[in-house]
Amino acid sequence: MASTISDASLALSAKIVIAGAFGVGKTTFVAAISEIPVASTEALMPVAAAPADDVSFARGKTTTTVAMDFGRIAVDDGLTLYLFGTPGQDRFWFLWDDLARGALAAIVLVDTRNLAASWPAIAYFERRGDIPFTVVVNLFDGQLTHELAEVRDALDLSPGIPLTTADARDRRDVREALRALIRHALNLLPSH
Amino acid sequence: MTRTYALHAPRRPSRVRPYGITRGRTAADRFLGVERLISTVEFDPQRVLGMLPETAAVYEACRYPRTIAELATGLALPLGVIRVLVGDLAAVGRVRIHPPAADIPDRHLLERVLRGLDNL
Repeated sequence: MASTISDASLALSAKIVIAGAFGVGKTTFVAAISEIPVASTEALMPVAAAPADDVSFARGKTTTTVAMDFGRIAVDDGLTLYLFGTPGQDRFWFLWDDLARGALAAIVLVDTRNLAASWPAIAYFERRGDIPFTVVVNLFDGQLTHELAEVRDALDLSPGIPLTTADARDRRDVREALRALIRHALNLLPSH
Repeated sequence: MTRTYALHAPRRPSRVRPYGITRGRTAADRFLGVERLISTVEFDPQRVLGMLPETAAVYEACRYPRTIAELATGLALPLGVIRVLVGDLAAVGRVRIHPPAADIPDRHLLERVLRGLDNL
């Protein structure tokens, strides 16, 4: 439609980061609410095949591809919200910085069968301190196998960080997790 | 065998072959978030003729606003390459880099997102 062209040039975007360990359900979570099929964007990364000071670095296999999945939600006519899943491999921390920069907020998805795998992601956002985040237990089988208080304890989660549950396959659960995240971000704003 | 983790490896993507498209330049000094929208300014098919294929592809794709991430996916190029191409096009006024929704997330923006989620 010709009439939307000028409006489109004013379009705005914002992003939320969905973080967590490999296999924790980040892509499922994004797919459950995205209005487009989850897309994957690739970044080329140097591979640590050789020590940094090895002169042969440039000749061997020096790169690998790291995928970041994303989806999208139209918030209203002028604003689109993008959900970016972090690369599963923890060693690509510098890509997390790329994704986190300018993010409205973040969710760390956790799997109670492997809580330890979630620690780096939680520590990452705690250390940054500039991005509001919540922790969401993915209910893989639709059921919570541990009390949330136990999970909070095991994760050593600060009292100020909300901890909730969601079935990453369920659109309503995902929507509610995102709403809770935005409410948390609002609560963290200075009152005036 | 000594294991060296990626964090300690050189992070100079300019050595990577696809960066030949960008003549070795990287996007380090013009960071564009993966979510930033880009749109073509007054698309003119004549301009495509003098462009590198990848540059032309970005120029054409952004007739409708697209994010850095969507460009990387749609054109099957790494994010770093897209950032350089977009930076070049923006420098000569061929594309416009949309401002971020907010430099610092503010109440207005968060409430707008919340309303959008409520309406889903």
